[in-house]
Amino acid sequence: MIRIQDVFFSYPNGVEALKGVSLEIQDGEFLAIMGQNGAGKTTLVKHINGLLKPTKGTVTVDEADTTKVSVATLAKKVGFVFQNPDHQLFSETVEEEISFALRNFGFSESAIKERVNWALNLLDLAEYRKVSPFMLSGGERKRVALASVLAWDPKIVILDEPTIGQDSQQKERLRQFILQLNHLGKTVIIVTHDVEFVAECKPQVVLMSQGKVIAQGSAEKVLTNLEVVTQASVVLPQISQLFANLKDIGFPTEVIDVNEATDILLGRLGDSR
Amino acid sequence: MSMFDGFKFRSVNSSVHKMDPRAKFIYVCVMFAVAVMFSQIIPLLVLLIIQMPLVFAARVQKEWLRSMKGAAGFAIIIFLMNVFSLYFYGNYESLSAIVERSFALTLRFMVLIESFSVFFLTTSPDLLGLALEQSRVPYELCFAFTTAVRFVPVLAEEAQTIMDAQKARGLELEGGSFIKKIRNYIPILIPLIVNAIRRSLELAETMESRAWGATQNRTNLYVLRMGRKDFLLMLFSFAMLVVSVYVSLNVQIPNIIYLLNI
Repeated sequence: MIRIQDVFFSYPNGVEALKGVSLEIQDGEFLAIMGQNGAGKTTLVKHINGLLKPTKGTVTVDEADTTKVSVATLAKKVGFVFQNPDHQLFSETVEEEISFALRNFGFSESAIKERVNWALNLLDLAEYRKVSPFMLSGGERKRVALASVLAWDPKIVILDEPTIGQDSQQKERLRQFILQLNHLGKTVIIVTHDVEFVAECKPQVVLMSQGKVIAQGSAEKVLTNLEVVTQASVVLPQISQLFANLKDIGFPTEVIDVNEATDILLGRLGDSR
Repeated sequence: MSMFDGFKFRSVNSSVHKMDPRAKFIYVCVMFAVAVMFSQIIPLLVLLIIQMPLVFAARVQKEWLRSMKGAAGFAIIIFLMNVFSLYFYGNYESLSAIVERSFALTLRFMVLIESFSVFFLTTSPDLLGLALEQSRVPYELCFAFTTAVRFVPVLAEEAQTIMDAQKARGLELEGGSFIKKIRNYIPILIPLIVNAIRRSLELAETMESRAWGATQNRTNLYVLRMGRKDFLLMLFSFAMLVVSVYVSLNVQIPNIIYLLNI
């Protein structure tokens, strides 16, 4: 379990990025953190693997205080996939890139081989095994970055802006993949601006604004609450916008799912026919 | 990083900041020449102290102190290397003479750091580019120079992100032998260089699509003009050069050991 208690954080240049954030994330939870640029989302998740240490307050991962353990130790439990894959790719082949972290963690050669194969297959990268990561397309590079983190099978997976630069097909695959990870019992935390993606995934949602958590709860509850959503500079998912407009004629407002919306609308059409 | 902060331009409203970069550049060159001219403690100490008023006039004491603190580590290495090499390879009669000479050479390094720090702290990259341009350096070169300077903080920030990303994959930057430490930086340097090259190509494309280089005779909105303070600074620099040449040729500078013995 991740416990974030009244965390404040200021960058060396004096910018106060977090102003008293408290959050509890249970094992196996699927959470999306949303909010405008500069709301403190990435700053918050960087506290979970200890890259940043709170100026005030505490962050514990499975009862271990992040200020007392090294990033490398925490990283074994907390996999963090950065927004831009180009900030981490450096190896000559995809295979070597994926084994980088495994070597850092001291896995045996046979285990490394096994896990690299597993990760390559998991992300559909087997054909690129011997290819240089720099020769791949943006979407593929992103998958390599993801594979290089999932390879050591961390218990918690943090994805910073996973949908940026992905076409709709890739996004759908990513969604399936994230749900699968969560189904395997992993805690999955995504930081994103992509409200439609979140509406499709239906995780728990945390909305942040100016270094504070302003709302949290199920995606249906949070993403249809016009007031908090506006405060966090997030737009309603299109389905919710439609149902918000239909509110006056008796439609429910907490709808974010296309299928659910179809059922409701068909039901009404059936009534009037 | 703290040492480099001492070389990063700080926008302060001071008379030193307002001076012509060309005048300041001449001053830095003279400082450099003079510092190299002497290898005794007394003149180098004078050079170190003589620059203080400039630091205070520019109101950059804090940043300047930081650059000096940052340089202290290097200074210690320089000192030890000198003591070591002079002891084994120099023909000095006593250890105290070796220490004195090593100290003087370390002081020379500090003088150089001090003058460069003052120059870069008080001269904005834009003005520097303008100064180069007005000194008839081709515009392409001036532009390359100012862009390079301007991208330093961007690169520093990017390096930090890359370090974070690799640390998140279990890379330990601290500890290990010297060779291991160097090897540890490969996963940081490669993405940094690749991204820098990519960025420069992108920059070139975006600039060309905004008609960079379309006119042959470029004019500037601001034109640098030397003022009275600039001439004063150049006069001071020139005087210092003349005095230094005279002193180094005609005056026997006593060493500290000699003075202490009396």
